[in-house]
Amino acid sequence: MGLFSKKNKEALNTPLFKENPVTVQVLGICSALAVTSKLEPAIVMGLSVTIIVAMANVIISLIRNTIPMRIRIIIQLVVVAALVTLVSEILKAFAYDVSVQLSVYIGLIITNCILMGRLEAFAMANKPWPSFLDGIGNGLGYAMILVVVAIFREFFGSGALLGIQIIPQCAYDAGYLNNGMMLMTPAAFILIACIVWYQRAKDKSLQEK
Amino acid sequence: MKFLRNYIDKIKPNFEEGGKLHAFRSLFDGFETFLFVPNDTAKSGVNIHDAIDSKRIMSLVVIALLPAMLVGMYNIGYQNALAAGVVETTTWFSMFLYGLLVMLPKIAVSYIVGLGIEFTVAQWKNEEIHEGFLVSGILIPMIVPVGCPLWILALATAFAVIFAKEVFGGTGMNIVNVALIARAFIFFAYPSVISGDSVWVATESIFGIGANVDGYTCATALQHLANGPEAIGASGAALTTCDMLWGLMPGSIGETSVIAIALGAVLLLWTGVASWKTMFSVFVGGIAMSLLFQYTMPENPIAQVPFWQHLILGGFCFGAVFMATDPVTSARTEVGKYIYGFGIGAMAILIRVLNPGYPEGMMLAILLMNVTTPFIDYCVVQSNVNARAKRLTKKN
Repeated sequence: MGLFSKKNKEALNTPLFKENPVTVQVLGICSALAVTSKLEPAIVMGLSVTIIVAMANVIISLIRNTIPMRIRIIIQLVVVAALVTLVSEILKAFAYDVSVQLSVYIGLIITNCILMGRLEAFAMANKPWPSFLDGIGNGLGYAMILVVVAIFREFFGSGALLGIQIIPQCAYDAGYLNNGMMLMTPAAFILIACIVWYQRAKDKSLQEK
Repeated sequence: MKFLRNYIDKIKPNFEEGGKLHAFRSLFDGFETFLFVPNDTAKSGVNIHDAIDSKRIMSLVVIALLPAMLVGMYNIGYQNALAAGVVETTTWFSMFLYGLLVMLPKIAVSYIVGLGIEFTVAQWKNEEIHEGFLVSGILIPMIVPVGCPLWILALATAFAVIFAKEVFGGTGMNIVNVALIARAFIFFAYPSVISGDSVWVATESIFGIGANVDGYTCATALQHLANGPEAIGASGAALTTCDMLWGLMPGSIGETSVIAIALGAVLLLWTGVASWKTMFSVFVGGIAMSLLFQYTMPENPIAQVPFWQHLILGGFCFGAVFMATDPVTSARTEVGKYIYGFGIGAMAILIRVLNPGYPEGMMLAILLMNVTTPFIDYCVVQSNVNARAKRLTKKN
């Protein structure tokens, strides 16, 4: 089996669109609401989740045949918790400002349903390489939605992207105002709903009968 | 009338399948059924139709809103003159004209944006045009302060029509009041244009009518009462009860005049469009809650406002008469209407008194009760089912 055989490509591709963890499986909504008011923390959060899912998938996949079925959840949790702690420490050391902005949400990756879902559904039954691709795919699928939502929220809420002012001062002088609702969590709900709406309108197979 | 009918019949073929103006079919259809009651009859089964259809009901509500709107327009000019200190030298007609000039663009923006979306959706989904926006379109400019910019009004209208109405399936399917969602959108997205003390009085002259007043600020009566013992009007003197009843005080455009709203309420109740049960219990809820606070919180200034003043200030009357009674979003069961109305009145006073950030609570109270109506109806129906089941088992 080649490194990028059809099946492996599918493991990488489907979670990006057709099986997107946020818009189709509706997992990880909590953090998607909490960290998307600015673009920078959203990108960092997306990358952290991608790395943690991929690594956890590989580790669990490597030891999947030795894990006793009865205590598999606790073992998965230990692996995830170790990785999350690692990422959290690295962020504190090298990107302190962002880690302050993300506050508890990095730690809460442990409870992110995407992680346990992928470990249970994929890594426990597949070899390390496909598991790695599946982790990367799911992580990026999650990160993609976060980034899109964060772009809208930061642009309309603060008139900026990545902290750089985009909307010029003359627009504010002419009467333009930032949309305060975009900085509140309900706006993320509405934006995610719009993405779900768009995706289902495009892809008929996702529509319920 | 005959002439209009003949003209419509003459241009009708253009809009039918294959006609050159087919793209505007829903637009034509909407106006035709607005002007004349359609004489379609049911093709199968037994049907009972009400004598008036929903477009006629909507028109009645718009007529009921007219007194409040006219007084609101006059009040815009009056407040402007008061702020400039030229009340004695300004005629009532030029005050009214000024208010009209301020108000017309707002009404136009609300209708163009809202109806534009409605017509587009109807045309796109190949449906009949819905009439629900007739009322929402006039309500939206009446529940915003005079200082609300037009682009924000347009954005809020679009947001409300799309997200509160069309995504739920159009007119009659919305779970919350569309006009209030537009206001709530402005309230949370652009708080600076709907609260504070610089948006309630118009301060710029239009075409030479009205006065320019620089740097003028005046808060609403409720904002004053939340901070101190008395409500101060635009002239700097305390508001009298007479001012409050006629609505000559700063506030959202249509909500200030209790007397004009009462005229509308009489029409709505007389024609049976609005439910007296809902309206009545909103006032009961408001009175009960404000009496409760008056006796339990002696140190809070807004709690010490007498209950009748709570009812005639802010949007309480307007909400009770025109918003709470919306047949789509209010409770359907008769007992439910009492609970729903009481909840709105009580909640509005609760928010006014206990939340220092929100001097007015009517909007949030109605929205909150709107989302609980399915639950209220469920409980009422279920309790009836249970009572009858009990009676049945007792007999056997």
